[in-house]
Amino acid sequence: MKKLMKGNEAIAEAAVRAGCRAFFGYPITPQNEIPEYMSWRQNEVGGTFVQAESEVAAINMVYGAASAGVRAMTSSSSPGISLKQEGISYICGAELPCVIVNMVRSGPGLGGIQPAQSDYFQAVKGGGHGDYHMLVYGPSGVQESVDIMYQAFDKAEKYRCPVMILGDGMLGQMMEAVELPEMKDISKLPKQEWAVTGKGRGKTRKIINSLYIQPDELEEVTHRLFDRYAEMAKNETASEEYMTQDAEIILTAYGTVGRIAKSAVNMLREKGIKAGLIRPITLYPFPSKAYNDLAKKDAVKQFICVELSMGQMIEDVKLAVNGLKEVKFYGRTGGNVVSPEDIVNAVIKEVK
Amino acid sequence: MATVFKKTQMLTDTPFHYCPGCTHGIAHRLVAEAIEEMGFQNNVIGIAPVGCAVFAYNYFNCDMIEAAHGRASAVATGVKRVNPQNIVFAYQGDGDLASIGMAEIVHAAARGEKITVIFINNAIYGMTGGQMAPTTLEGQKSTTCVYGRDSLLNGNPIKVCELLATLDGPAYIERVALSDASSVRKAKKAVKKAFEYQRQGKGFTLVEMLSSCPTNWKMTPDKALEYVKNDMQKIFPLGVFKEVE
Amino acid sequence: MEEKIIIAGFGGQGVLSLGQLIAYAAIHDGLEVTWLPSYGPEMRGGTSNCSVVVSDKQVASPVIAKPDCLIAMNKPSLFKFESRVKEGGIIIINSSLTDIKAKRQDVKAYYIDANDIALEAGNVRTANIAVLGAYVKLRGLFSADTVKQVIEQQFAAKPKVIPANLKAFELGYNKFD
Repeated sequence: MKKLMKGNEAIAEAAVRAGCRAFFGYPITPQNEIPEYMSWRQNEVGGTFVQAESEVAAINMVYGAASAGVRAMTSSSSPGISLKQEGISYICGAELPCVIVNMVRSGPGLGGIQPAQSDYFQAVKGGGHGDYHMLVYGPSGVQESVDIMYQAFDKAEKYRCPVMILGDGMLGQMMEAVELPEMKDISKLPKQEWAVTGKGRGKTRKIINSLYIQPDELEEVTHRLFDRYAEMAKNETASEEYMTQDAEIILTAYGTVGRIAKSAVNMLREKGIKAGLIRPITLYPFPSKAYNDLAKKDAVKQFICVELSMGQMIEDVKLAVNGLKEVKFYGRTGGNVVSPEDIVNAVIKEVK
Repeated sequence: MATVFKKTQMLTDTPFHYCPGCTHGIAHRLVAEAIEEMGFQNNVIGIAPVGCAVFAYNYFNCDMIEAAHGRASAVATGVKRVNPQNIVFAYQGDGDLASIGMAEIVHAAARGEKITVIFINNAIYGMTGGQMAPTTLEGQKSTTCVYGRDSLLNGNPIKVCELLATLDGPAYIERVALSDASSVRKAKKAVKKAFEYQRQGKGFTLVEMLSSCPTNWKMTPDKALEYVKNDMQKIFPLGVFKEVE
Repeated sequence: MEEKIIIAGFGGQGVLSLGQLIAYAAIHDGLEVTWLPSYGPEMRGGTSNCSVVVSDKQVASPVIAKPDCLIAMNKPSLFKFESRVKEGGIIIINSSLTDIKAKRQDVKAYYIDANDIALEAGNVRTANIAVLGAYVKLRGLFSADTVKQVIEQQFAAKPKVIPANLKAFELGYNKFD
């Protein structure tokens, strides 16, 4: 039978079932249920849990555990994720897999604790210093979060880069019925040849490092990272479309706002307005082609991007639409959440 | 012909990049010899810092992780927690450990992480060209305190061993010097003891090595060693600050 | 079928767990459901509310602008949410803590002295369950048996409190025809 679970707890359980055996975190609202859950759950499965002295320390503990080839993760919320950026950049540079959950709250600064999507740029454009990206997912519900989390370590190991799950306070606090996947047998997980185990000497020794003092060498490494991103774009790009076949107005939103926009599409259709929705599931790589294909359709008149921010994803939408159609924006910020009715009103205003 | 001395296998053949007269080379050799003599060759993971020892992963002939500035003991925590059977050491300088990494070292010590930290205290930021360190002595000149460190302006040097010894997590904390042959022999004993305590799972271990930086101190190597002995040791007395039964 | 419910009250009145029991009942009956709490810095004594959406299809928005049903466990909650209730919807008001009536004429208001019923049931903390009984009867979405089963499951770890909760449920349920 399905189980009613909070987003935060469901993600934690899915991570454990995916083979996560090391969790390092630091308290911050609205993601506290993840470290709280992990503190006893890792103990049950023989894993490691450390409440670190800071987010900076937590991400560096992830760096250490990931270096040893163990499935390691951390979670936080916006101000804490800012602190982790140093470590994330090093993890990307050292080509280590791990999972990072960001249950976004409103910013900038200490901001607020209510849901927001204002960390989009930070998540998909890099966030820390240097040329890098992560595989970033924006799940819209608890079940989708579980399904993504369950695959996240496999993807992280395949591309040797972190996977970020970009949620928001709403996703973390919301309860939905979920079907949990079975527990993976960690003894059967692929061994990571590059991991440090203490056995390496001479030619067999392993070095986990992101320092390349020779420009040519660093350039080569960076090209290797970007070749992987290209591969990722080919294999992992995902989006959902809803009622776009004959749509004239394309709403677009990700995460929890994606499903609120879905309700808005239904309400608009009842009013005779031909609305549809495209919801990116991967935020990096961004599903540009799906947008471009829609933009090329004669029926499509305009796009309206809905975000809990002043407009961040809209830049990627505009790049994908490439001037073929108009792209408008509707959003709330500061921790305010949009309702389907708000979106409907915004669309009607645009259509007039 | 009988071999009377040979280089430890735990150091690679890569030539050190350290300046002439720098004691990093001695510190590396002591750690490497201790690993070999104690039989940890196939079981050891080292963490390199940011600072002069940033390339330590090129020198220690074992699995190595290069950490971000100040985070070596957090990285060591991560790797030791998931691989408790490994001997894990972090090699950190004074800027790395006692300035930017102060939170990480204090909390690793407080948690009693079963790791060994080799703390190189040469009272200066060497790699970046001789700026004031958290352990720079009062009156000592650096490129960011050109008239000498003034405690009213720049604060006082931090005594790491004394500070960490107030915590319950550490099992063994000793300060040694690399200023002459007999102190170097003592330093090696301290390193071995720290590794042994780690092997026994007693808790956090740290060996602070008072070291010289002739280049940035603008001294000849022998004058620099005298400075370690006569000036540094006054502020940073040698000895065991914590040892559990 | 889609039912949108907002439940509001003081922190500590069991507002969130009342919403969760409705969510569990929905799962029990094979329906889809989302439960979304307000969350804030107050740990105790602050205001608290949750939004529950029950549907026979996948729930799109967990955010409710206009609820079909408002459960107001105290007076401030009635003030805050009354204007948002959908035309033709209902408001269930805990009259033990609310000395005023609903103003809206286009919705139906029901009053239940939940705290008094809870005392009668033998446990002052069961006021939320008395209101649950009223809700189940008034909306007819779930059978009383389903919800009683859910109550027993959810309180399985504290079997001592089950009888009072079941009694409070019965009393709330039987208060309305």
